[in-house]
Amino acid sequence: MSLMSEVGQKAFSLGVPIAVHMDVTYRCNERCVHCYLDHDDHGEMTTVEIKDVLDQLAEAGVFFITFSGGEVLMRRDFFEIVEYARRLMFNVKIKTNAVMIHKKEAQRIRELGVDTIQISVYSHRPEVHDAITKLPHSFERTVKAIRFLREQGLRVTIANVLMTANSSDHSGVQELAAELGVQYTLDPTITPMMDGDTSVLSLRIPGEELKEIFHNPALVGNQEDFCAPPKPPSEEDLEGYSCSAGHSFCYISPYGDVFPCVQFPLPTGNIRQQKFLDIWNFSPQMKEVRSIQAKDLTVCSSCSHVSSCTRCPGLAYMEGSMRGPSSADCEKSFYRTGVPTANMLRQGLSKPRTTSVNTAPLIQIRPVQVRPITVPA
Amino acid sequence: MPEACLYIARSSAIAARALAGEMMVMNSADSTFFTLNPVATVIFQAADGQTPLSEIVRDHICEQFDIDPEQALKDAEQFVAELSSHGILIVSSQPLVSEAAR
Repeated sequence: MSLMSEVGQKAFSLGVPIAVHMDVTYRCNERCVHCYLDHDDHGEMTTVEIKDVLDQLAEAGVFFITFSGGEVLMRRDFFEIVEYARRLMFNVKIKTNAVMIHKKEAQRIRELGVDTIQISVYSHRPEVHDAITKLPHSFERTVKAIRFLREQGLRVTIANVLMTANSSDHSGVQELAAELGVQYTLDPTITPMMDGDTSVLSLRIPGEELKEIFHNPALVGNQEDFCAPPKPPSEEDLEGYSCSAGHSFCYISPYGDVFPCVQFPLPTGNIRQQKFLDIWNFSPQMKEVRSIQAKDLTVCSSCSHVSSCTRCPGLAYMEGSMRGPSSADCEKSFYRTGVPTANMLRQGLSKPRTTSVNTAPLIQIRPVQVRPITVPA
Repeated sequence: MPEACLYIARSSAIAARALAGEMMVMNSADSTFFTLNPVATVIFQAADGQTPLSEIVRDHICEQFDIDPEQALKDAEQFVAELSSHGILIVSSQPLVSEAAR
């Protein structure tokens, strides 16, 4: 076990919130077709309020903080916030679309000692990326920003969210990442809007394409291990928990709302009304999330996948119960291994029901244009 | 003995936080990650750039832990040299301004 994993487990068992994801704004300069956020400002925390939250988080033992949005640079005080966080000795990661990062901003990010910058790139084809972000020339600007950040020696990760419009572009984005000298990560999960609207789920890639992705060694590494049939769960597996949400991780919205995770919209308290540690330690909702072991799951406890499934309690919550199954993860388990899940079997399904409710593409992409990516450095 | 005085300060490139009495330290430049035991944590926390290492050992280590002062200083110098080689601590024979706020 790596030192980092050991520390993570220690924080988990002690109930220390070692990592926090904080959205500093929901405002954004892009309008990505799959985004789950409402981009209007309904009363973001001020600079002073965010600094106070950071003080509280440092006091609570938070070590890793991820600033995200929305687009973080829509806040004029963003660098002031990062500077303050770094003075409190947080390990800072930033998630951004990077279109507002130029040489000066890249230098500033380096000076502040930011650990990693994760940047969304949807395709190596500018017209596909721009059609998803709905911001003309966003691909060109994003790639140019990545070059600025790399010139500063910063660690960058390209996050490639896959959906119907770009499902065949992952290898192109991987090549682009290699050319830029940055890490690549793929995510095939499209989540419902935070208000519960599920219309964006129609953008999820079809199951057969998910299967191709899960069986592609270039994406998953050791495909044999990754796609191996599930092992029968041990007693220890059934005593285990789904993930770190609410145990050693939580999410804070731009309005000060605290949730177990960015993908788990269960309100547990608001920092404008309560101290962070009071919410973390005493919120009944946090306590409930923390109490759920695999053996308590209504359907999944009897599922053959229970020890290896990526079951997200937040997605399950959005489906109706935080103790119930998450169909998106059932789908992943099935297409990864070919073994139906308990949730599918109880519905008499031999393969997952398609999540697509609208078969017409929500965005129109022009035919593929084969042209080199030429972005001035 | 001014030539024997070592001053230590925390680098501004690091992230650090205490977890159950042990300090987690990460250097953002290369993502190297360390955990410091309680004795090392005391030295790290006292690294203000102004207090000589010998004084830190005498006032914080020997006070809190039952340890031979000479051995403690020797161990502390070794520890400081190692963290310095990873860019976690800055070492000087002159007082320093600590790069990190705390």
